[in-house]
Amino acid sequence: MAISTSPLRRQGRAFTAIRVALMVLLAIFFLFPIEYMVVSSLKPDDQLLSDTSSLRAFLPIGDISIANYLGVFERVPAIRFLLNSLFVTGSVVILGLMVNSMAAFAIARMRWRGQGLVLTLIVATLIVPFETIAVPLLLLVSKLPWLGIENGELLLQSGWLNSFQVQIIPFIANAFSIFLFVQFFKSLPKEIDEAAKVDGAGAFQIYRRVVMPLSGPVVATVAILTFLPIWNAYLWPLMVTQSEDVRPVMVGVQYFFQLNPAWGEVMAYLTLITLPVLALFLALQRSFIESIAASGVKG
Amino acid sequence: MALGKQLADPAALARLGTDALPSAGSPPGRNRTYSDGRLGWFMAGPAAALLVGFIILPATLAFVLAFTNQRLISPNPTEFVGIANFSRLLTVKILTLEPLADPVTGEVVYPEIRDLTRDPASEYYQLQELATFGIGDTKIVLLAGDSVFIRSLVNTLVFTLVIVPVQSLFGLLLALMINRRIRGVNLFRTAYFVPVVVSMVVVSILWKFLYAPDGIINDLIGTVTFGLVQPRDWLGDPTTALPAVMLMSMWQAVGFHMVIWLSGLQTIPTQLYEAASIDGAGRWDQFRNVTWPGLRNTSVFILITITIAAFGLFTQIDVMTAGGPLDATTTVIYQAVVRGFRQQDIAYGSAISVVFFVMVLAVSLLQRYLTREAA
Repeated sequence: MAISTSPLRRQGRAFTAIRVALMVLLAIFFLFPIEYMVVSSLKPDDQLLSDTSSLRAFLPIGDISIANYLGVFERVPAIRFLLNSLFVTGSVVILGLMVNSMAAFAIARMRWRGQGLVLTLIVATLIVPFETIAVPLLLLVSKLPWLGIENGELLLQSGWLNSFQVQIIPFIANAFSIFLFVQFFKSLPKEIDEAAKVDGAGAFQIYRRVVMPLSGPVVATVAILTFLPIWNAYLWPLMVTQSEDVRPVMVGVQYFFQLNPAWGEVMAYLTLITLPVLALFLALQRSFIESIAASGVKG
Repeated sequence: MALGKQLADPAALARLGTDALPSAGSPPGRNRTYSDGRLGWFMAGPAAALLVGFIILPATLAFVLAFTNQRLISPNPTEFVGIANFSRLLTVKILTLEPLADPVTGEVVYPEIRDLTRDPASEYYQLQELATFGIGDTKIVLLAGDSVFIRSLVNTLVFTLVIVPVQSLFGLLLALMINRRIRGVNLFRTAYFVPVVVSMVVVSILWKFLYAPDGIINDLIGTVTFGLVQPRDWLGDPTTALPAVMLMSMWQAVGFHMVIWLSGLQTIPTQLYEAASIDGAGRWDQFRNVTWPGLRNTSVFILITITIAAFGLFTQIDVMTAGGPLDATTTVIYQAVVRGFRQQDIAYGSAISVVFFVMVLAVSLLQRYLTREAA
């Protein structure tokens, strides 16, 4: 007896078809602005505006060129901004991984006097959103001293405004990163330390030679969760970087946008700073999505 | 939306506090922990010092500066001004005006509000007009110490009240839709998640282009409705500017919450669904009795993170509307930046930051209360 066309089965198939259609429509909703951005970056402005009335708007046809990209480089030091962001983000990620994993090791696998106090401090910082401290922090960093080199001489400078360190140092320590490391370190079996201890290794050697090499997954998670907000940072660099020498991409693109360039050039700039991150995301998709999930699971 | 802020989960910190310390009862010696005070401080010290210097200290400073007249650069010494900043921020008064007949023409006129707000003897001295409406002949005027700030508070709350339910529900629907073992479903997950990795600055500029009067959204609407709906300036019109920002913000962030819902869904054991379907439960019954109770903690976490992120609305506003038109999109943090940074009034900006902190704290306490009840 053939059962493949039972009413229930047919209903289920119709249901699946509707679901898939809906999923496709939603995918279009989430992707069309980005596709439109990339396509528009290749077109001159008069064509951009005439194309909006038809599907041509979403196709790379007509007068296609990279003229808009060249226009961007003529107006602003776009590469400089990109390099600034790379330097700032890279520094925060690397220093953050070191500082936060060390603190987490001391909390998860050591016992020492003052540990409770440090733990309370770390926990307390979790409830302070950055927006609360941005304005007083601006005053604070405007008064901090720094040892700088000018004309080959070591000089004591005052004020961190318009510098790289003002974008890096306040963001190295992060309570949430410490928390993720603590969780991971506690899940590692104690036996791995014992063997090292027998070999005469101290706590720091165990951290550096035994625990950290095993921590690949949590290092990836913390790196991604640090990278995204620093690369995308806007509020803080807007307040502390007036000079082009240290300006990061997101403030740079807003600055460019305010010069009122052609839309095609704006789209070229947006594409330029978005595609590298998108490529990175697509390459490391699994880690990206798992990192985000890791931030919410432990409910 | 800054990810870092969304990740500040007070429920998780409560757990960090309880299980991170080595248990007191464990016997010394055979244990994995090391008792070395100096090494402990050496390893945790850098993080602790940085957190104190760049979070605890400025947070404390916010509370101190809010009671002064500190400016970023000023020739005058800083003075303590008590609660002056807060009373200016939060004062709202209602003024009722009865109509008067003009003695010359007999026309109905109202007393000038200016006369009251410019009179040092009046209780309405230096207040600004916030809104005016009439009941019958009586005119009711709302006056505020800082009418723009009250507008920003209202806008922020409206934004939050809309975004929180809509975005969390939308995220849940997306998660339910792709929580299947169908081939290719991960492709859709990726597609929905893509806007999350695009910076909010980029998204804001891009959507300003989409929303333009001669932009693609107006053209799409025109095509779909055969020209019935006229193009409009979405961001330039006070009635549509904030909703336009809401739609865009949701488009950018909902993938983030979809992933968190999804990880919540995947913690629900499949046996529960099997048991439910053996008992004859339909799709809706399964959702109501298995899925939803299993998502309780996830939903509290999501509601709280969206709320706190919505309170902090800033980037979209700064890039797209600069608070306008007519203050229709100004927000609390936007005002903190305008006053504290652009006008260099550190004290007033700090006072706004403190108001913001109290809002966030209230929500965090609510979360603790909700999750404690579940435990």
